[in-house]
Amino acid sequence: MNNSIPKKLKYSRTHEWVRQDDDVLTIGITDHAQTMLGDLVYVELPEPESNVETGHECAVVESVKAAADVYSPVSGEVIEINEALLESPQLINEDPYGKGWLFRVKPFESEIAEDVAKLLTADQYTKQVASEAH
Amino acid sequence: MSELIFDQSRSGRYAKAQAPKKSVKIDIPAHLLRKDKPFLPEVSELQAVRHYTRLSRKNFSIDTQFYPLGSCTMKYNPRGVHRLAMLEGFLLRHPLSLDVHSQGYMACAYELQEILKAVTGMRGASLTPMAGAQGEFAGVAMIRAYHQSRNDVARTEMLVPDAAHGTNPATAAQCGYTVREIPTDSDGNVNIESLRAAVGPQTAGIMLTNPSTLGVFEQKIEEIAAIMHKAGGLLYYDGANLNAILGKVRPGDMGFDVMHINLHKTFATPHGGGGPGGGPVAVSERLVPFLPTPMVIKSGDTYQWLTEKECPQTIGRLSAFMGNAGIILRAYMYARLLGQEGMIRVAEFATLNANYLLARLKAAGFTPAYAKRRASHEFIITLKKEAKELHITALDVAKRLLDYGFHAPTMYFPLLVPECLLIEPTETEAKEVLDAFVDAMIKIIEEAKTDPALLQEAPYNLPVRRLDEVRAARELDLVYRSDEK
Repeated sequence: MNNSIPKKLKYSRTHEWVRQDDDVLTIGITDHAQTMLGDLVYVELPEPESNVETGHECAVVESVKAAADVYSPVSGEVIEINEALLESPQLINEDPYGKGWLFRVKPFESEIAEDVAKLLTADQYTKQVASEAH
Repeated sequence: MSELIFDQSRSGRYAKAQAPKKSVKIDIPAHLLRKDKPFLPEVSELQAVRHYTRLSRKNFSIDTQFYPLGSCTMKYNPRGVHRLAMLEGFLLRHPLSLDVHSQGYMACAYELQEILKAVTGMRGASLTPMAGAQGEFAGVAMIRAYHQSRNDVARTEMLVPDAAHGTNPATAAQCGYTVREIPTDSDGNVNIESLRAAVGPQTAGIMLTNPSTLGVFEQKIEEIAAIMHKAGGLLYYDGANLNAILGKVRPGDMGFDVMHINLHKTFATPHGGGGPGGGPVAVSERLVPFLPTPMVIKSGDTYQWLTEKECPQTIGRLSAFMGNAGIILRAYMYARLLGQEGMIRVAEFATLNANYLLARLKAAGFTPAYAKRRASHEFIITLKKEAKELHITALDVAKRLLDYGFHAPTMYFPLLVPECLLIEPTETEAKEVLDAFVDAMIKIIEEAKTDPALLQEAPYNLPVRRLDEVRAARELDLVYRSDEK
């Protein structure tokens, strides 16, 4: 597998990526995840202003092969969703770390430290992907 | 010529034999009658016959081709069974006929209930669910009703192994449960340690398919049943693969509390096309009061309906009457034609055919997903190695099989095995057919070695070439509009 795993992002064991810009977190699925799923045809995103909880399913991505749940890597309030995906789910295939982002969260201050501590670094996530390809 | 029937339409053309009689008095208020003619094609009777006959000849079907669609059990439906179910007495019986005029039909339904109880090792059965999915819904609804009847309302979680059919988590969610996934170990069994860690006072039950969708028998089923029952949860048996064990081992004896039976898989009723289906449920002692109504009971020499009046704790009705009568009859006839001994042969030949296919494919160099395990009635090969070395995918192989006259096996399911084909020959195929399938698989891999593009562009011999699945899913377009030309 030669999928890209950018160093500057954090990752969850369930193949989501997280980017932190000040107090806002952007979340998407990894290049590895989109490769495994294949061409995406449908995306269901959380409601703006709703709350998402760490480890709970909050979105669905569907390809011609499979439907997969997306688990929120952090707890917080959804402040923005990537509406372009509703019309063009293929953006996730084309640019998983850029135009294919899923939603933005303002994390709950009480939980953010614990949530971030649980996330994987790029190196740790690379190892996990390698171990799954047994 | 493959034009739409709408393209053949000419104004004013019609088939006299099919036209409504002008003299029929229409007793509908004028303001409710439509003003314009409906938009329907206007063709002659012969044009209609040719059009639909031509379409039917484009079908891949069990009546024309080997159809090893894993987990779907595309087996032959004996014609004699159809003939018996089409007897006039059955066809002309109105569902609201008096009991005294329905004794023959009710006797068949009652006996099918008894046969299903006997082969599953359960204490009660109801034929009313209209298909497997509704049977699953009824089963989990009964689990819920059971916990509620005991005021055990803290049970909010349903456990589902990661190899399960997608309908299992969907059913659990529909019944209001939170789904918790249990991983599979490298031999294809449920991971017992994960199961132990997952159960607790919040556990309502587990939904298991055995043999699983990985094509192997769940070896630790007794341990799983003990863990679940100790935690106060119930065991749901998904009957999708019941044909593998019919007459050999019974879900009731394994410790299951409730199950559905796909009549179209195990009991050879017509399959596919969305129905009509049949998904009876069978239950252990403690769930009997919750079975969906109506059912049939025998009292002396007469058969009677069992309704909400006699079963106050029932989860209720699932259809206007009792399931699909024609399907129930076919399943009953099939069971009677087989008899007890024949049912055992179903399981034996389903597993023998699968293991023969697996052994031959393995000898030819294909990789079984669970090499250490014996196949049940179906098995998985993974084309991961071929994908890497030859730059082909399971999809390419599946499409090329169509050119050789075989329906493709199930692909990319279960999701946890990469580049997989799930192959189920069923018990109704002859050895020569199985051999021809293996020969085609070998030939396809040879083709891939010399000319991978040949596979990548297959199929060639069908009415349509490789379809653009992604575009079809993204731009779903099923409705013909008159302005489309």
